[in-house]
Amino acid sequence: MTQVIYDGTYEGWVTAVFEIYEYKLQDIVFAKNEASADLLFSTNHTVITDEVKVKRVLSGLQKRLSKNGFQGLYNAFLSETNKIEEIMFRYVAYVLSSTVNVEDDFSNNDVLELRKAIRLTGKESHRMEAFVRFQLTKDQLYYAIVEPDCNVLPLIENHFKSRYADQRWLIYDSKRKYGIYYDLKNVSTVALQFNTESNSSKFLAEIGDEGEELFQDLWRNYFKSVNIESRKNTKLHLQHMPKRYWKNLTEKIPDIKGRI
Amino acid sequence: MVHERVMEKLSILADAAKYDVSCSSSQSNRKNKDNGLGNAKGYGICHSYTEDGRCVSLLKILLTNHCIFDCAYCVSRKSNDVKRAAFTVQEVVDLTIGFYRRNYIEGLFLSSGIFDNPDYTMERLVRIAKKLRLEENFNGYIHLKAIPGASDELLQQAGMYADRLSVNVEMPTEKSLKLLAPDKNHIDVIKPMEYLKNEIVGHKEEKKLNYKAPIFAPAGQSTQMVIGATQENDMEILGMANYFYDQMNMRRVYYSGYVPISYDTRLPAIGTPVPVIRENRLYQADWLIRLYGFNVNEIVGFDQPNLDLDIDPKLGWALRNMNQFPVDVNTADLELIKRIPGIGFLSAKKIVAARKFKKLVPQDLQKLGIAYTRAKYFLAFATPFQLQKDLTSIQIKDHILNTQKSKYKNDFSNQLALF
Ligand code: SF4
Repeated sequence: MTQVIYDGTYEGWVTAVFEIYEYKLQDIVFAKNEASADLLFSTNHTVITDEVKVKRVLSGLQKRLSKNGFQGLYNAFLSETNKIEEIMFRYVAYVLSSTVNVEDDFSNNDVLELRKAIRLTGKESHRMEAFVRFQLTKDQLYYAIVEPDCNVLPLIENHFKSRYADQRWLIYDSKRKYGIYYDLKNVSTVALQFNTESNSSKFLAEIGDEGEELFQDLWRNYFKSVNIESRKNTKLHLQHMPKRYWKNLTEKIPDIKGRI
Repeated sequence: MVHERVMEKLSILADAAKYDVSCSSSQSNRKNKDNGLGNAKGYGICHSYTEDGRCVSLLKILLTNHCIFDCAYCVSRKSNDVKRAAFTVQEVVDLTIGFYRRNYIEGLFLSSGIFDNPDYTMERLVRIAKKLRLEENFNGYIHLKAIPGASDELLQQAGMYADRLSVNVEMPTEKSLKLLAPDKNHIDVIKPMEYLKNEIVGHKEEKKLNYKAPIFAPAGQSTQMVIGATQENDMEILGMANYFYDQMNMRRVYYSGYVPISYDTRLPAIGTPVPVIRENRLYQADWLIRLYGFNVNEIVGFDQPNLDLDIDPKLGWALRNMNQFPVDVNTADLELIKRIPGIGFLSAKKIVAARKFKKLVPQDLQKLGIAYTRAKYFLAFATPFQLQKDLTSIQIKDHILNTQKSKYKNDFSNQLALF
């Protein structure tokens, strides 16, 4: 068994694919950044991301996949689901070994698993487009904290860019400790230490714009007013708005005086 | 800047607007232009969900709940003793922009009670939309209610700035409307619908010839029917909906289960449960008509004027038409596969794609995520396997109901769960 150690990026993983073929590695398991101490592994193979290798693999895949299927592979990677690197590798091996496009071969397990991962990422990015809640700071930056299961910031960047073209904004992934920042022209990736502990009321007092509290309260008020008590359906509510998102949703956070 | 007093108005005017269900923001594509604010996505986004599980995608409010009319089913009716309020044009604009910038909403859905007269009311609605578009460079979604009785010129203007317009019929038949909304005429609702239809069609034609031609209500028009307030059966309701789809080019017809709000003896008493299951069945039937190629009278007919409450209309149809089954998914047309209970729109397409690679067997179908326990009664495979043949439709129905008791899921589409 060989443990393939790569840097955790998509390009790194693609390079690894190249090298698995190059060195004819067998029984591979992927590891991010550092080798697992598990004694199970007889050999380690460390991958250095290499643009030439990346290009060669990607262009090979591009030839055998549809545009969607090609993008899908990247989206599957972003799902960060368990064993996704291995599934993706087996899938890619299937794609490369076949003369026809196999991405619709739903009776193949790897195709199916890959689709699942793509769907998961898609669902989560759609949710993030919905559940980002911007707060306005004193220096007119709209910022939001999110904590998605999948690494979706790269996928929602364009959505927010084309929607909020006239305001500066920052969306920060507190799980992966990086954000995307739009400066009225471009979106860039920023790594920064953000104190996500600062709850809403502390934020409002320290860095919030003076109108911010009012808008948050108006939104909470609206959220409450549109509920129809006689149709209450908690199960459905939770199904659409899982609890794990609540701590970053204005309407689910108590106001500055601690009221819901 | 929005002032604190807006808080109270918001709770009154959002509360009064909440029974209107025609609020999806889909089916409009409006691009962000000149580095302005917002765009409208074809698929719409639900930004939040109420505790009753409905999608919140728009700031849905009334401009005012003052009304000169007295429709029995409406909280804003003249004779109802409630607090009244009215927003100013600027307040609605500020709220919309403030909410939109924070990513709370996809846009605005603005309706209104009728104060003074229809034109006076409509004129204000139009002013708000115009201000949002021209002064705020707002490209998000705007849905305006077309006030029955408003002049054609105002409707014309509304269409220039709004994505969607709607006139609610509210009551499925003229008879019920007469009973519950004595001030209203069926024709007052139909007339603006007809006008809008012609304008929408006309502008589309023009756009084909000249891409610079102005757009007019690109998301079309919709309407809403309150169900369960009056005696209509599902055949009458779906027949009406079908008329709107066919004759008025309606994009969507919404069904709103009546929530008792009044002691009026013409209406179900307060405490009567909201007919949520029936409402859901109507949406499912509507879905079948619009997306699955079903004809209305395949779903309801004189022999069976109401939808089953215990099973969905697609299963109902299949059980009444056992002669169409079993279907072989390896050879059948997509259209027929779509009609198999337990197989949705997307799964049907997947089946047709996947069968090019190999002959599909039951295990493959299960992997595709279809509701196999339900579909198996209607499937035939070339490879022999235990098909539960010779069951009557009643037996099949029993089997299905027994196996899915608790997890009675909407099996057509996620969207259905929104309602
Ligand atoms: S006209 Fe509209 S707002 Fe006025 S009472 Fe009738 S339904 Fe309500």
